This record gives sequence, C-alpha cells and structure tokens, in this order.
Amino acid sequence: MSDKAWTEIPMAGIIEEAGNAQTYETGSWRTYRPVWDSGKCIHCLSCWIACPDSSILVKDGKMTGIDLEHCKGCGICAFECPDKITAIEMKLETDIADD
Amino acid sequence: MPGLKQLAQREDLMSAGHRACAGCLPMTAMRQILLSAGKDTVCGCTTGCVEVVTTIYPYTAWRTPFIHNAFENSAATISGAEAAYRSLRKQGKIDKEINFIAMGGDGGTYDIGLQALSGAMERGHNMLYICYDNEAYMNTGIQRSGGTPRGTATSTTPAGKVIPGKQQYPKPLTDIMIAHEIPYVAQATPGYPKDMTDKIEKALSIEGPAFMNVLAPCTRGWRYPMEESMDIARQAVETCFWPIYEVEHGKITVSRKPKEKVPIEEWLKRQGRFRHLFREENKHIIAEIQAEVDRKWDWLLKREELTQS
Amino acid sequence: MARRLILSGNDAAAEAMRQIDPDVVAAFPITPQTELMHKFAEFVADGDVKAEFVLVESEHSAMSATVGASAAGARAMTATSANGLALMWEIVYIAASMRLPIVMPVINRALSGPINIHCDHSDTMGCRDSSWIQLYSESAQEAYDNVLQAIKIAEHPDVLLPVMVTFDGFIISHTAEVLEVLEDDEARKWAGEYTAKYSLLNTDDPVTFGPLDLQDYYFEHKRQQVEAMKNARGVIREVGAAYGKLSGRSYDLIESYRLEDADTALVALGSTAGTTKVVIDELREAGRKVGLLKLRAFRPFPGEEIKAALAGVKTVGVLDRAVSFGAPGGPLEKEIKAALYGGEQTVGNFVYGLGGRDMSMGDIKSVFDELDAISAGKQSVDEPRFVGVRG
Repeated sequence: MSDKAWTEIPMAGIIEEAGNAQTYETGSWRTYRPVWDSGKCIHCLSCWIACPDSSILVKDGKMTGIDLEHCKGCGICAFECPDKITAIEMKLETDIADD
Repeated sequence: MPGLKQLAQREDLMSAGHRACAGCLPMTAMRQILLSAGKDTVCGCTTGCVEVVTTIYPYTAWRTPFIHNAFENSAATISGAEAAYRSLRKQGKIDKEINFIAMGGDGGTYDIGLQALSGAMERGHNMLYICYDNEAYMNTGIQRSGGTPRGTATSTTPAGKVIPGKQQYPKPLTDIMIAHEIPYVAQATPGYPKDMTDKIEKALSIEGPAFMNVLAPCTRGWRYPMEESMDIARQAVETCFWPIYEVEHGKITVSRKPKEKVPIEEWLKRQGRFRHLFREENKHIIAEIQAEVDRKWDWLLKREELTQS
Repeated sequence: MARRLILSGNDAAAEAMRQIDPDVVAAFPITPQTELMHKFAEFVADGDVKAEFVLVESEHSAMSATVGASAAGARAMTATSANGLALMWEIVYIAASMRLPIVMPVINRALSGPINIHCDHSDTMGCRDSSWIQLYSESAQEAYDNVLQAIKIAEHPDVLLPVMVTFDGFIISHTAEVLEVLEDDEARKWAGEYTAKYSLLNTDDPVTFGPLDLQDYYFEHKRQQVEAMKNARGVIREVGAAYGKLSGRSYDLIESYRLEDADTALVALGSTAGTTKVVIDELREAGRKVGLLKLRAFRPFPGEEIKAALAGVKTVGVLDRAVSFGAPGGPLEKEIKAALYGGEQTVGNFVYGLGGRDMSMGDIKSVFDELDAISAGKQSVDEPRFVGVRG
C-alpha cells in the first residue's frame, strides 16, 4: 500500500476494508515450513482450530492445504496432528530451497 | 453446540496477515471466539498484544466491527456501544441481533481495567467480557501483572540472587467475577477448543453480562517451544493449575476433571520462566505452588458440590 | 414561540439535553456538575427522554462509554467538572482523535490540589490542546444556547470534533436566572437526526476504529484534525447565525462590548464577562473609554477576529482564571498576545478567581485602574498580576 496524503485517507484512522490484513504477507517470517500429506490427512481439523494465523485452508469441512503466504511456521499444526497420523511435517525452508 | 466440522463451515472472521508472533495462542483464542460469535458481533479490545498485532494501520485483521479505545476501558467502551444498540433498537432504527464482546489481556483486565470491568458487569449490559490471560504484560515486554503466577520470572520480577521471581499468587479474577453474581462466568482455554467455543456460544446466548477467563499461553513470555502452545494450555488444565469450569447463575460445573492430576512440576519444567525454581534453594516454591493448586482445586470441587446440590 | 423559565445553569443545560434527547448519556457525579445529571435523571425516570442513561463507575468510564456509544452511531453526551475531566483526560484526546461528535458540558471548577469545588478554568484550560472545541458561556442562557448549537457544530461533516460547553461552577451552574428556551418541537427540529458516517453496529460493512497508527500515518491523521478545527471556525459562525434566526439570539466566535471607541479593553471568558459589562457601563458613564472582548470560542482560537476587534485599543488587560505555572502569562494572555503580535497594544495579564475567589465589580474596576496606570507608563507589564490575592 502506497503512502497517501492526509487528504486521501479516511479520518480518524478508520480502516474501511475489513480483514485487509489478508493482503499483508507474513510467510517470509518462516524458518520451518509445514509440509502437508493429503493422503495421510484424516481431516480432523485439529490443526485448523489451533492455527493462530488462519493459515490452514479448509473447504466444506475438509482441509485443502496450507496458506504459505501467511503461515509463520510455528509448527502448532504438526504438533497437533494426531500422533498416529502425522500428516504435517516441519521442514527447514533452506532445505526445501536446496531441493 | 457445533463441532469442529460445523465450525469449519463458517467464515474465519480473523484474517491472516496479522503481526502476532509465530505460535501466539491468544490469536488462536481470537479465531475461536469469532468462529463462535459470528459476523454480527461488535468487538472491542484493550491496548495489548491482540489489539496491536491485528490493527497496524492501514491494515486490520478484523472482519467484524472492532474498536480499540485505550488500555483500561474496553469494558466501558463496549458497554457504551451496547447502550447505543439498546437505544437505537428501542427507537426502531436497528432490528438485528448483535453480540457485544469486550476483550483484554490479563494486564488490561486483572489490573488497569478491573474497575471498568466491574462497573460494566454490575450495570448489567448484555455483553461478554473475555480476558485472554497470558499471565504478564507481554506487549510491553513481559512485566508482571496481577495475573502472573507465583515464582514467574518476568522483566520486572526477574529471577535474582535474592528474589526468585514473582512473590505473590495471582489475583483470583474469576472468583471476583463470580462474586459479581452475573448470569455466566467461565474459565476456558483454546487448548480445549470444543469446550471453549461451546462456552462462548453459551455466554452470548444468555441475557445479561457474562465473563470468561481464557488461558492463552505466550511462547515468548513463557519461554517454551512455539509449537507446544496448545499442549501447554491443555497441560495447565491437566495439572489443575487452570481448571476449566462454568458458573451459571451461581451453579458451578467443572468442565474437565483430569483422571490423574499431572504434578505442577511437569508443567513448570517445560517453561523457561520457571527454570530458576528448579535450583535447589528454590524447590520449596514448587512444593508451595503444588499445595496452592491442590487447595484451590479441592475448593472448586467442594463449591461445585455445594452449588449443584 | 419561546418560553421564559427560571433555571440554574445546570438546569438550563439539562433542559437543552432533554430537548436534544440524545441516544446515550453516560454520567458520573462530581460537584458542581451533579445537579445537571440529577435533572436529566428525572427526565429519564419520568420517561421524558428516550436516552439510555449509563451510570458508570468513574469519569474515565463515562468518557469511554460515550466514545463506544458515539462509535456505534449514537448521539452521545456526558458532563463533568475539574477532577472528573482530569480523570477522563486520556479518553478526551481519544474521543477527538476518533472524530466523534460528542457534546459535553463542563462545569468549570478548580483542579485539585488542594481540593476545591469552586470555579476556575484550570480544568478546561488544561485540555485546550486536546482537539475539542471549547465554547465558554457567560450565563445560563448561553449555556442552554451553546449546548443546542454544540451538536450542530460537532456533527457538521466538515468538523466532526467533540465540543465542550463550559460554564462557571456555582456562579452559573447554581444560580437561577430568567432565560428563554425554545419550544420542544422547534428544538427537536433544530437538533434533527444524526447519521454517523461509520458505525460499529453496521456489521454488514464492518470498520475498525482506533488502530495502531505509527510513524507512517499518525501525522496525517493529526493534520486532518488541524483542518477540522480550522473548519470549525466557519461552522461555529454559520450555526450561530442560524440559531439567531431561530431564537433571536445570534452567536459568533467572539463578542465585542462597547469596543468601537475604547482605549482600554478587557478580554474575558465566562461569567466574568457579564460582570465586566456592568462595570464598563458604570465607567462609561464616568467618561472612561473602556470596553470588553468576550471570547465565546477558545478552541478554535479566533485570532484574526480578536486582532480586528482590538485594532483600535491601546491597552488590553487579559483576565485569566487559570495559572500556567512557569509560563510567562496565563493561558489566555499568551494566545491574545500572539494574536496581537506586531500591533501597537500594550497587554497586561490579570490572574483572578482561582478556587472560586470572588471577582467583584470593585476588583474589575481596579483592573481598569491598573490598565490606566500601565498606559500612563506608571506600571510595567512584565509579570501577571494576581487580583485579590493577599500579601
């Protein structure tokens, strides 16, 4: 977002566009990347309800992927994935880049 | 009350792209609150981590109406919005049902905002106040609050050679709110999402003021690995350090009674803020904390029995 | 058709509030504001108003709840005095920065300590930089008229700033006076309906109020407030003229009294302006060319108008009912001096009436005498004088 003059912005610091933080990317904060194995996933949604960054993508009650533009790589999703399932694995971003 | 599958059909009213630390459980709490409350909800928050990370101008992560006023007054601010709603509704200028939720961290609730909270609850506004309790002033750099547990090392109660962290037990905020004799009071944590979201829906469905105290671990302030946030929250319940329970019109129901109470030491040792307690000369503090946890848990069970009968 | 009533200042302000019938009024008691809220409480209890009356546990919460109500699109009011205003302070600034058109009667009282319940202007002068419009009232009539005008000024789309209507504690607030009030239907029509541009209750198009505003935009938002305050000057005059047509009582930013040919003039705010007018009439009869400049609006400060009004005056005495400790003069004097900068006038400063100390006609006359001595070169103007202080 470009910096605007005082005459060009709403008064009082009102933010008119609800949820526009969605356009702000936080994915570059990540050191580890959650890598999701859709074949293993049982769609229990434990990762989705735990994610602090609204970055577990779901549709019709099922997980569809991970929003890597915003995921900060905390690893809560992998930790919460049931022990017998382990559908999410945390991998070093640098290792993935090397791949 | 909806399960996860049903909740997942709803719109996520907290957008991504907020600036909370990785692993921030208060933000998980916010998501759960909004999933339960739905879009027709006016939210307010005190100054603090959640407010700061979600509303860095010109960005907002809120997909509901949101107001931040100051540190100590989210209860008063939302009480004013709720009064406006009642007035406009009475005049026929608005007809939809709207929820009113005021939020604050433990600093904004146990300490500087306690008066405004007490006033709003006493006045009987139809609103829910949620304290997201991360047990210190995290936003300003991890200073002790009235909600910080005994023994905690914080920036203002460091683990020194003479004084090993915070000396006092936390203020019994939830009990203070129970003493207000409002229709609904609960303790919860996003670590148990079903319990948490059910309680929010119930709190909002009850006419009159409601209060929830929500334990929301802070990876930076508590110093544990960030992926463990949910587990740390759950273990706080399993140790009975943070009992989850609800109080409906004075009747206490404990939501979860661990089959085997996990020793508090297990929880403390996972967190850097308590590391100094494991030094030989400080170990007596752990025993004292355990005794206090036991005393309060037993008292809660007794009160449950008394109020249920 | 106007009605004539006998009302105290507090009752007059409450009467204006009854007629406006705001959506939300939040209140916490403090002397000398209390009777205003007692009166309004009676209106609520008797069903004469539709307002939700939120009886909060502190002034801090009074202003906070008013902010919440106003942000929810309601017409919202509160009232306070002195320490109550001081406790609100933080939120007074926030209300203005959120551009919420709140109207708040402030019944002027000395700010502690030591604690004192009587009039001076230390309370409102202290928050002169808060971006609230400040209208000072000379009488209960003006208190009533100013409250009615304040909502039109505050809610004007070019302004959207909160307004303090001030009147002197006890001197006006508790003194009965014959005044004219509008008929209810006239007043209701004047007040009209308020439609907020943004409302928290609009859940279909949600907005965020009060974000964290850092180095990149905070300054721009402050610049907007500067502009709004600038716009308020014209709006106050427009509203004052329109109110004149309705009521027969027109208002401006300032009021000149017998200034046309005056050599010596006093500048005053509030009830003292009324006393000064009587003194001027007496001195005029004795052949002295004296006059008064009364400021109605202190914020926005009408510098150009003051300069024009005092253009022909040689010696100006500024009456300050507040001290600006460590500053060269009182808060009013400093700004009057700045407005007159480059002019020929000699300006003397008179601090008076702190903590409700009476400012009698004799005291005002002695101030005119001192101004004569100053203009004759017999006294310096370097230091403020303290009228009526012992020793």
